[in-house]
Amino acid sequence: MTISVAMTVNGKSVSGKVEARTLLVQFLREHLGMTGTHVGCDTSQCGACVVHVDGQSVKSCTMLAVQAEGAKVTTIEGLAPSADKLHPMQEAFRDNHALQCGFCTPGMVMSAIDMVKRHNYQLDEATVRRELEGNLCRCTGYHNIVKAILAAAPAMKSAGV
Amino acid sequence: MTSATGIGARVVRTEDKRFLTGTGRYVDDLPLARATYAYFLRSPHAHAKIKSIDISAAEKSPGVVNIFTGKDLVDAKVGGLICGWVVKDKNGEPHKSPPHPVMAVDTVRYVGDTVAMVVANSYDEAKDAAEAIRVDYEVLPAIVDLAKAFDKGAPQVHAEAPGNLIYDWEIGVKADVDAAFAKAAHVTKMDIVNNRLIPNAMEPRAAAAEYDKGTGNYTLWSTSQNPHVLRLILSAFVLGIPEHKLRVIAPDVGGGFGSKIFCYADETMVCWAASRVGRPIKWTAERTESFQTDCHGRDHVTHAELALDKDGKFLALKVETIANMGAYLSTFSTAVPTYLYATLLAGQYTTPLIYANVKAAVTHTAPVDAYRGAGRPEATFVIETIVSKAAAELKMDPAELRRKNFIPAEAFPYQTPVALQYDSGNYPPIIDEAMRIADYAGFEARRAEAKSRGKLRGIGFSSYIEACGLAPSQVIGQLGGGVGQWESAQIKFNPTGNVQVITGSHSHGQGHETTFAQLVHDRLGVPMDQIEVVHGDTSTTTFGMGTYGSRSLAVGGSAIMKATDKIIAKGKKIAAHLMEADVADVVFENGTFKVAGTDKAVPLAQAVFAAYVPHNYPLAEIEPGMDENAFYDPANFVYPAGTQICEVEIDPETGIVEVIAHTAVDDFGNIINPMIVEGQVHGGIVQGVGQALFEGAVYDKNTGQLLSGSFMDYTMPRADNFPSFKLGYKVTPCPHNPLGVKGCGEAGAIAAPAAVMNAVHNALAPIGVKHVEMPATPLNVWQSIQGAQRAAAE
Ligand code: FES
Ligand code: FES
Repeated sequence: MTISVAMTVNGKSVSGKVEARTLLVQFLREHLGMTGTHVGCDTSQCGACVVHVDGQSVKSCTMLAVQAEGAKVTTIEGLAPSADKLHPMQEAFRDNHALQCGFCTPGMVMSAIDMVKRHNYQLDEATVRRELEGNLCRCTGYHNIVKAILAAAPAMKSAGV
Repeated sequence: MTSATGIGARVVRTEDKRFLTGTGRYVDDLPLARATYAYFLRSPHAHAKIKSIDISAAEKSPGVVNIFTGKDLVDAKVGGLICGWVVKDKNGEPHKSPPHPVMAVDTVRYVGDTVAMVVANSYDEAKDAAEAIRVDYEVLPAIVDLAKAFDKGAPQVHAEAPGNLIYDWEIGVKADVDAAFAKAAHVTKMDIVNNRLIPNAMEPRAAAAEYDKGTGNYTLWSTSQNPHVLRLILSAFVLGIPEHKLRVIAPDVGGGFGSKIFCYADETMVCWAASRVGRPIKWTAERTESFQTDCHGRDHVTHAELALDKDGKFLALKVETIANMGAYLSTFSTAVPTYLYATLLAGQYTTPLIYANVKAAVTHTAPVDAYRGAGRPEATFVIETIVSKAAAELKMDPAELRRKNFIPAEAFPYQTPVALQYDSGNYPPIIDEAMRIADYAGFEARRAEAKSRGKLRGIGFSSYIEACGLAPSQVIGQLGGGVGQWESAQIKFNPTGNVQVITGSHSHGQGHETTFAQLVHDRLGVPMDQIEVVHGDTSTTTFGMGTYGSRSLAVGGSAIMKATDKIIAKGKKIAAHLMEADVADVVFENGTFKVAGTDKAVPLAQAVFAAYVPHNYPLAEIEPGMDENAFYDPANFVYPAGTQICEVEIDPETGIVEVIAHTAVDDFGNIINPMIVEGQVHGGIVQGVGQALFEGAVYDKNTGQLLSGSFMDYTMPRADNFPSFKLGYKVTPCPHNPLGVKGCGEAGAIAAPAAVMNAVHNALAPIGVKHVEMPATPLNVWQSIQGAQRAAAE
């Protein structure tokens, strides 16, 4: 049995027919072909799948597509303001070499943006490390991810994002 | 040439934009029209006979396209998976080679062994159908405990490996070593376990395949670190598809750490089944499958003894190791605990006599093969732990004891007693620099301060050496390796002056698209944005051995340098013609051919254009076109070395170990992109600290179930387990490759475990704790403390 679902993804209205068990991440990847959001585990622990749903970071593998009915979803594909300009968090990740294989990166970036906002652009190293509890990276040793997030916080503030 | 983007510059990575905007292309991202999806039914038992497999109900499940079992492969005469490295036993016999069927036929030998493949219109349908397959198992006793694998009466894994022994191998002369021990003033002894690890690259392994009926060509997309090697194995040994009819593509790959080197059952099945199903097939491992079926790493049980004279000079080292191979011999498994382990046991020291005996065992566990460092972390752990233990026993400073025994700078090239000849190095300045950065002098004050807070503070050293940049082909051949170990490079200019650098190395996080472009930019003066690095596709690359063993820059980068030499040589001839000068007078500087002492100049781009539009061109002497190929076979391994210092604080009430500071000073030879190198070191340290403090694969000793089979049960290192790291460098260029580089990908993981465990032991020594095994989890540490307190009370 399929169920119709409709939501806004990166500012565009989308809809589709899904099974009740279809996860939000499956809907994004398999129905919409938006493969920027990754799946790294089956126990909701790696954070590779983090997207924003109505402005909050959510592990899209823990949510059914139908639960996002009517929601505003932002994925990694929807962050950059234009083709040649990146979001300050993306910029900071690049400048600080906060990614290697890039697989954890979409989830890291989405989590990090939410983290910066929740902490009102004020972060210290210990807070960033603690807040990254739900995101695993096997490549970077986190060192440069922490650096990037600390650098992005003031940049996001001055860019007003 | 040195420029803002040339050799030595911190160039931000070209590949980052696609990864940061969600436009990377990993195997699972591929849009394949009319695709089917595969799900593998895995053995729930560690050891069982398959009495029957009934697929009749599953075949009727919605969406099912095909179901295959081991019997189908037998009928189709598919070969087994192979081990590509022959290790000779003590007696000169080749190692035991039990068959490794792609899918189990009558016996399963570990939890996760492949039993059936279901292909359906969707992944969920394939999975649903697999639940309807009825397998009648007769469960048999299993052996998963390595230390007991050779016991009389232990369950046997393969009839072809009696006593579960794959080989009994040795290096060095035992009698000489024994004689040195007899004369020693002091002997330090140690029993240690190198814990089994699960690689857990964040991208699970995945494969997709398509068969073109018209041409008979197969295309296999795989999360591979070495697509050509995978193609070679599948063609020559397993599937028999002619090599030229099989194209293997490893697109963006989300980390490997060794686990994606090998040829696995599932990708083999996806490729094989593509022609039978007649539609493309996609498969991606769930994380649970990664835990169960990715090749695991390490897993040694070792007894070691170090003999010292009265001044603390090392006289001899004796090592006995049992290494776990798992249930089947994976692609390079046999080489890891022998040629990549025992040959490293000299470490940074002048130990004149070394004997090592390694027995490899099969057990009912997932296959074990190379994992970041592969053998070298195990060797470093043995040496660096026993050296620190000896220092503690002799009440010597651990840095002092190391310094006393370092190979002196003037002794290079240095022949060790265990086959390797170290090409270059200078170890004392490295440890000095590490001690300076780590403020070793101030440690006792910090220890006292921690004590006032009820904490136990400790500091530990680890001075590692590794042999990487794999490898001189003839040496590898003599040692039983089945492949050449060169690398290829092609530099292909287009008429408009931009260039493709086609490499046989593969990047799965290492940043080759940037580092390799820097080389070409630096050498040829082509702007960075005019250079495209191409890798990972057997149909675009001449051939390639791929990326592992920290070989990409030392071997692959050297091949690129050779190809640039050929470009310059050809360009000189063209430029000489255009400038009406003698070739001998033409020099190449900053991207331009010039005639010394004149103002005649031809930019490289002009020579390239002339090569493609050869209207005014010496066609009688040289061919048109500007496209050069090079193969580079290294003269020796490269030998990065360094010292790490770890400082920990332990809460004796909870057993929690906190890493307070971690310093690494490395000699990687010349550095092309320091930013990328730092990233490699950070990541390596975290994997090494992960092994020391958090990670450990645990099989239930009775049932053989993998207890640490998910991220809930296997502790992955997280951001809040670490401080920021402190790094430093010393440079002795590699004398035998054109870049003077040594390789940096594994160093962090090689050195860190011993540094951490030496710090843990240093912290716990004052309260009488003698030994803690890895991982030093709160439980392990707490129990060791309790044990020491009980012993003190008795
Ligand atoms: S895929 Fe791992 S947390 Fe969602
Ligand atoms: S960059 Fe590879 S997992 Fe984080």
